[in-house]
Amino acid sequence: MGELQKNTRFEHLLRLADTNLILGHRMSEWIGKSPILEEELALTNIGLDLIGQARALYEHAVAVSGEEDNRDADDLVFLRDAPEYKNLLLVERENGDFAHTMVRQMFYSAFAVPVWEALTRSVDSEVAGIAGRAEKESLYHLRHASEWILRMGDGTEESHQRVQDAVDALWMYTGEMFDMDEVETAAFEAGHGVDLTAVRSEWEKTVREVLTAATLDYPEDCWMLKGGRTGKHTEHLGHLLSDMQFLQRAYPGQKW
Amino acid sequence: MYSQGLMGVEETPGGEQDLLDRFQARIDAGEKIEPNDEMPEAYRKTLIRQMSQHAHSEIVGVYPEANWVTRAPTLRRKLQAMAKIQDEFGHGLYIYSAAETLGVSREEMVGQLLSGKAKYSSVFNYPTLNWADLAVIGWLGDGAAIMNQIPLCRCSYGPYARAMVLVCKEESFHQRQGYEAMVALMNGSPEQKAMGQDAVNRWWWPIMMMFGPHDADSPNTETGVKWKIKNFTNDELRQKFIKATVPQAKLIGIEIPDPDLRFNEETGDWEHGEIDWDEFWSVVKGQGPCNHDRITARRKAHAEGAWVLEAAQAYAAKQAARNAA
Ligand SMILES: [Fe+2]
Ligand SMILES: [Fe+2]
Repeated sequence: MGELQKNTRFEHLLRLADTNLILGHRMSEWIGKSPILEEELALTNIGLDLIGQARALYEHAVAVSGEEDNRDADDLVFLRDAPEYKNLLLVERENGDFAHTMVRQMFYSAFAVPVWEALTRSVDSEVAGIAGRAEKESLYHLRHASEWILRMGDGTEESHQRVQDAVDALWMYTGEMFDMDEVETAAFEAGHGVDLTAVRSEWEKTVREVLTAATLDYPEDCWMLKGGRTGKHTEHLGHLLSDMQFLQRAYPGQKW
Repeated sequence: MYSQGLMGVEETPGGEQDLLDRFQARIDAGEKIEPNDEMPEAYRKTLIRQMSQHAHSEIVGVYPEANWVTRAPTLRRKLQAMAKIQDEFGHGLYIYSAAETLGVSREEMVGQLLSGKAKYSSVFNYPTLNWADLAVIGWLGDGAAIMNQIPLCRCSYGPYARAMVLVCKEESFHQRQGYEAMVALMNGSPEQKAMGQDAVNRWWWPIMMMFGPHDADSPNTETGVKWKIKNFTNDELRQKFIKATVPQAKLIGIEIPDPDLRFNEETGDWEHGEIDWDEFWSVVKGQGPCNHDRITARRKAHAEGAWVLEAAQAYAAKQAARNAA
């Protein structure tokens, strides 16, 4: 196992942090719009978990980067533009209806659970610690989303159609999760990362189980979009950032 | 958060004198009234109205804050804002459940909110126009709510009193957090200080109104006090609030936008300027700056979520049928 270069290590942490932050932010957009009051609590809770995970990762990334980079966690969140964001495309997609949000969550959490589980064995003890908590949280997120997908899929004709539409629409954003590019490969080989090709089979198994139980069709192979981890995003991310970063951009350099 | 605003007793207690006497004796002895105990109809109705207004206020009160939650300026503030909102939804749910022990369903109560029949705290019909509004809502809004809710921890109806104990702990936390966010702004740049002062200028009077009409103009307070569902009058609570707030404002350089506010050495009370009751009543009656937006947002969530609820019900019915087979 070789040493992981500092900038690769930083990049790897940033990818994880960005993905959790952006999905957490999407959850905060649901506030006041959820279908039932219990769901207001649940969605906010998921959002808090995800942003909490992101915050821990950003703070660690800042510590890892050391003196060469004097940005703090808030600078990373509020002062980077879309091309510098390294989140997965899936999580930046707009909330859409409740079916879209739950399918997006299930797709992501079914991935996050084995990723965090593997990261509990990271050579980076800080990451291993974060992963231990995050794995438990992600399991709850996965269960929550899966139960809703079951109810929507096996509910009414309308709900079945909506959730199937969401599965089909979001499918093309799932492929890049398992992409072992240079950063992921280097991180894995140095004991910091995860073998994402191995995660794929577990993800497919989970997703197939959920969709089958919900009487939904498992999509056929299709062209998969890529680019999130290298900063090539969909149109949706820019709008999220302009909302989230407004105060820091309009009143630069202040303490809040 | 919530403050009493319009509370009064539903109707003059009538009915059997025996029951009223027995009931009053229990209250005077400091006993808690529990869901299955006998109680005068006016007591039950008054509590349903008060508790449902309270629950609605917790829920509708989320909207002014939700308006800024996605724009919170740091990770810490973002997490704080989300956690506070989550608490408020929790309060709403908890108080709806407590009200259900009086024989009214949550659907019924929510239906009255959506139809516009039920009231909620008038203060939430004002807009949040800059980031400092969130700090001020926590500091002053939750601060005002605490004044009303702490005495409710000792109210005669058991389920409500117990709910208030938990709720008050969280509201106090919100109040301190709001003040701390305000301190950060008032220690900041001239622009941030201006935001803070602007927010207080806009919220001060609506928050003064939150305590409801002057005692002389609020009938039935007496019965409320007798039944221990209202332990202090509107003016007493307003006074407590001003007393607590003035030194906090001074400490951080906030000017309270009331030129007539002065301490009366003789009475030991703060005298404040005239409250614009015309404005208060027009907001209560639906003419406030955000009444329409708040109710529309609530109705929209309800309407857009209807298919999800139907799905859950259809699924439950199918499951029941499968289990029976
Ligand atoms: Fe509250
Ligand atoms: Fe509160």
